[in-house]
Amino acid sequence: MPAYYLEALTVTLGLLLLLAEAFVSSKSKAWVGVAAAIGLVFILAFTPFAIGPDASPGSGWAKWTLWNFYQFDPLSRFYKVFALVTTILVVLLAIDYRKILARYTDHPGSENGTGEFYALPVLACSGMMWLASAKDLAGAFVALELVTVTFYILVAFMRRNVGSLEAGVKYLILGALSTGFLVYGIAWVYGSTGTMDLDLIAGMLEDGRSASIPLTGLLFGIALVMVGLGFKIGAVPMQVWIPDVYQGAPTPTTAFLSVGSKASGFILMIHFLEPFLSSELTRGPVLKLIGVLSIATLLFGNLAAIPQTNFKRLLGYSSIAHAGFLLLALASGAPGTDNGLGSAQVVSVYLATYLLMTLGVFFILAQVRIQRDGESITDFNGLGQTNPTLALALTVLLAALAGVPLTAGFIGKFLVFQLAVNAGLWAAIGVAFIAAAAGFYYYLNVVRAMWWVQPGQKAHVTLPLISKACVAVLTIATLVFGIWPQPILALLK
Amino acid sequence: MLALIVFLPVVAFIAILLGAPARLTAIAAAAVNLVLGTYAAFTWKCGCWDFSIPVLAKPAMNLAFGFPDGMSAVMVLLTVIVTLAAVLSGKAPEGREKLYFGSSLLISAGALGAFAATDLFFFYAFHELALIPTFLMIGMLGRGDRKEVAWKITIYLGLGSIVLLAGLVWLANLTGTFNMGQMVKAAGTIDPAAQKGIAALLIVGFGTLVSLFPFHSWAAPAYASAPAPVAMLHAGVLKKFGLYGLLRLAVPLVPEGMNAWLTPLLVLLLGNILWCGFVTISQKRLDGMLGNSSVMHMGYIFLAIAALVAFPENPLAKPAAVLLMFAHGVSIALLFGLTDRIERSTGSIDLQDLGGLAKSAPTLAFLFGIAAMASIGLPGLANFSGEVLVFLSAFKGYDPTKGLGPVQIACILSIWGVVISAVYMLRAYRNIFQGPAVKSTESAADLSLADRIPALLLILALFAVGLYPNLLLNLLK
Repeated sequence: MPAYYLEALTVTLGLLLLLAEAFVSSKSKAWVGVAAAIGLVFILAFTPFAIGPDASPGSGWAKWTLWNFYQFDPLSRFYKVFALVTTILVVLLAIDYRKILARYTDHPGSENGTGEFYALPVLACSGMMWLASAKDLAGAFVALELVTVTFYILVAFMRRNVGSLEAGVKYLILGALSTGFLVYGIAWVYGSTGTMDLDLIAGMLEDGRSASIPLTGLLFGIALVMVGLGFKIGAVPMQVWIPDVYQGAPTPTTAFLSVGSKASGFILMIHFLEPFLSSELTRGPVLKLIGVLSIATLLFGNLAAIPQTNFKRLLGYSSIAHAGFLLLALASGAPGTDNGLGSAQVVSVYLATYLLMTLGVFFILAQVRIQRDGESITDFNGLGQTNPTLALALTVLLAALAGVPLTAGFIGKFLVFQLAVNAGLWAAIGVAFIAAAAGFYYYLNVVRAMWWVQPGQKAHVTLPLISKACVAVLTIATLVFGIWPQPILALLK
Repeated sequence: MLALIVFLPVVAFIAILLGAPARLTAIAAAAVNLVLGTYAAFTWKCGCWDFSIPVLAKPAMNLAFGFPDGMSAVMVLLTVIVTLAAVLSGKAPEGREKLYFGSSLLISAGALGAFAATDLFFFYAFHELALIPTFLMIGMLGRGDRKEVAWKITIYLGLGSIVLLAGLVWLANLTGTFNMGQMVKAAGTIDPAAQKGIAALLIVGFGTLVSLFPFHSWAAPAYASAPAPVAMLHAGVLKKFGLYGLLRLAVPLVPEGMNAWLTPLLVLLLGNILWCGFVTISQKRLDGMLGNSSVMHMGYIFLAIAALVAFPENPLAKPAAVLLMFAHGVSIALLFGLTDRIERSTGSIDLQDLGGLAKSAPTLAFLFGIAAMASIGLPGLANFSGEVLVFLSAFKGYDPTKGLGPVQIACILSIWGVVISAVYMLRAYRNIFQGPAVKSTESAADLSLADRIPALLLILALFAVGLYPNLLLNLLK
C-alpha cells in the first residue's frame, strides 16, 4: 500500500465525520468522537503495510511526481503512528470533556456545538502525518498550515468562554507572525539555493556547486525558518504564547498542542536541518544556533515553571522545558548509525515517552477540572486520600515527567544527556542539570498537594470509563517503557 | 537469580494494591526474602546468582544483578533482616495499611536492587525508587510538622541525587560503559584533573544521601517524623547506599581524586562525629536524639573510607566499613523500632516527661538497654567489632618515625565520639527507664510476644556478629 494512502484515508475520515455530524442528534454528539476514534484506529492498523516507492519500484504509483514532495522512511512511519495515536487519545479525551465544551458552545444539556471538535483533530492529524513525510519546503508549509489553521479553531472553540477566546486571539496573531517568519525564511533558502527540495539542497551542499551558494543568505534563511518552527515547538524566544494559550484553550486542545503540534514541529525541523547538518559549510553555525536556543529554552521553561500555581499553566511551562531537552538532543548533531541512536532517533524516543506522560496527565487534569471546577495545584489537594489509585497514577506520570529513573521519562532524558556528553556540550549539560533539578521541584509540588494536604471540602474525583482505561494504559506504558524501551526503538528501525 | 529477591517485594506490593491483606502479605514476602537473602549472601561466591537481561543495545545497558564482592552480599543480608523487622514492628494507622506496608516493601525492593545491581543505571535507579515512597510516607503518615520535614528531605535528597547523577554520568562517559565490573577494570585510565572533579561530585552527592556534615540537616527531623518502618529502613539500610557507592565506585575508580579531597573529608567527618555528637547530647526528645546519633555514627564509616583512601593497600579499612555499616544498620533499626513501642505505650518520647518505665515494662527496658549498649559500642555486640576495626584501620600504614598523619589525628579525635555516645545514650536510658515512675509510665504495657520477635531478630544479628565477626568477615574475603 503506498504510504500516502494513510493521509488520504485520514482526510476522507475527517470530511465524512464533518458530514455525518450534521445528522447526529444534538443530545449525543459523542458518537462522532467514537466514530473518529474507531476510524483512526483502523487507519493505525494500516501503517505497518505502508511502503515507499523503493519497496515496489515497478508499480505505476511509484513513478508519480508526488514522490518529489513526499518521502517515506522509518522516521516518517514513526511520526505517522505518533500523530495517529495522539489524535486518538485527544479525541477520547474530548469525549469525556464534552460537558465543559457543551457549556461554553451551546446551552448546557445540548451538545449541538461540540460535534466539530471531534472532526477537526482528524484533519489536523492528516496535516501532521503529511509533515512527517514532507521533503519539499512548499509542501511542508501547506501541511503545517493545515495543522495551524485547525488549531486556530480548536483553541478558540469554547466561544462563550473569555479565556478560550483570548487564547484564540493570541494564538492567531502570534501564529500568523511565525508563519510570516517561516515563509520569509523559506524564500531566503530558495533564493540562495534555487530549490525547495531538501534532497536537492543536500546534493548541492555536498558537491562543487556549494561554492556558488551565498552562505550568509542561506544562514539567514535557516535562522528565519528556525524562528518559525521554534514557535511550533515552543522554543525561547518564541514561547511567549504558550502559557496563556495552554491555560485558556479547552484541555483536549492543550493536550493536542503540547504533544501533536510539538512533535510535528520537531519532525519538520529534523528533516529541514538534515541537509545543513551533513554539510561542513553550514553545520557549525546551525549547531551553535540550536545550542543557544536549547540553553535559553531549558532555563526559561524550568525556572519560570517554579512559581506557577495553575496546573495547566505549569504544564505549559513544562512543555517549554521539554522542548529544551529535545533541542539539546538536536544540538548534539549526532548522525544516526545502524546500531546507535542519532539525534533524530533520540528526539523521537523522547517524544514518544513525552506523549505517554503528558496525555496521561491531561486525562486526569480534565476530570479534575470538571469535577472540582478548577485547574490550580490546590485543586489536587488530598487526591491521595479520596482516590489513591488515581493519585498513584498521577504520581507515576509526574515522576516520569520529572525524569525519575525506572520511568519512561528517565530513558528519554538519559539518552539526551548521553548525546550531549558525547558531543561535549558542557555548558548546556550544566544548564540541563539545573533544569532537571528544577523539574523535580515543580512536578513534585503537585505530588505534595495530592498526598500531604487534606482534601477539605473538595469534591471526590472519579474517572469515567474511557479516561480510566486510557490513564491505566498510559501509566503502565510509562513504567514498562522505563525498564524495557525496546518496542519504541523497534518502531524506529 | 538475584532478581527473584529484588522483585519479590515489588510483586508483594502489587498484590497489596490489588487487594491482598496488606500486613500478612508484607510479612510473608519479607520472611521469604529473609530466607532467600541469607542463603544468597552466604553462598555469594558460587557465582550462581548472576542475572542479566539486555535493556538497550547502545549504549549497552542491562538489567543486571549479581554479587561483585562480599560487600554486596553483606548489604543484601542487612536489608532482608531489617525489612522483616520493620514490617513486623510497624503498626499502620486505621485504613492506611496498603500505603504503609506497600511503601515499606518498595523501599526494601529499592535498597535490594541498588545493592545487588551490577549496572550503573539500575544501581542509581533503584535507589531513587526507594526514595519516593520514603518521601510520601513521611509526608502523609509522619508526626509533627511532617509536611515541612518531608519537603525538606525531598529537596535535599533530590538535589543530592542530581549532583550524584552528574558524577556518575561523567564517570560512565570516561570509562565508556555502564557495567560496573568493566568500569573498575578501566580505573587507571582516568586523568587526575577529571578524577578530582568526579570525586568532588561523588563526595557531595553520596555524602548528602548519607548525611555527611554539613549536608546532614535533613536527617534528624526526617527520622523523628517518619513512621517507624520508614525510619528503620531508611536509617538502617537505605542511607548506607551512599557509603556503599563511595566504596564501590569512588575509591576504586578515582583514587587520586579522593586523595586530593582527603583533608576536607576528614574535617567533614569530624564535623559528623564531634559537632553532631554535641548536638545529640542537647536533644530533648528520644527520636531527635536517635536521628542525630545516626548522623554522628556515619562519621566513623567515613573515617574507614578516608583510611582506605590515604593508604590504598589497607587490608582492614573496607571490612571495617562494611562491618560497621551492618552493625549500625541493625542497631539503629532496633532503636527506632523500640522507640515507636515506647511512644505507643506511654504516649510520649519527650525525655523530660518519662521515667521509671523499667518497672512497668521490664522486657522493653532490657531490650532497649541492649540496643543502647550496642550503639555505644560495648564489646560483644556488633558495633564494637566494627568500631575497633575502624580505629585500627586508621593506624594501618602509620609510620612512627614520621609522626601522626591527618588520618591518625582524625582517628584520635573521633575516639572521643565514643564518650559522647555513652553520655547521651546512658542519660536517655536513665531518664526513660529509671528513677521514679511518672503518670504516663505507671501503667504502660510491656512488649507482647509479637513485639518481641522483630527485636529479638535484630538482637540476634547484633550478638552473632559481635561475638563472631568472622561470620561477615569471611564473606568479605
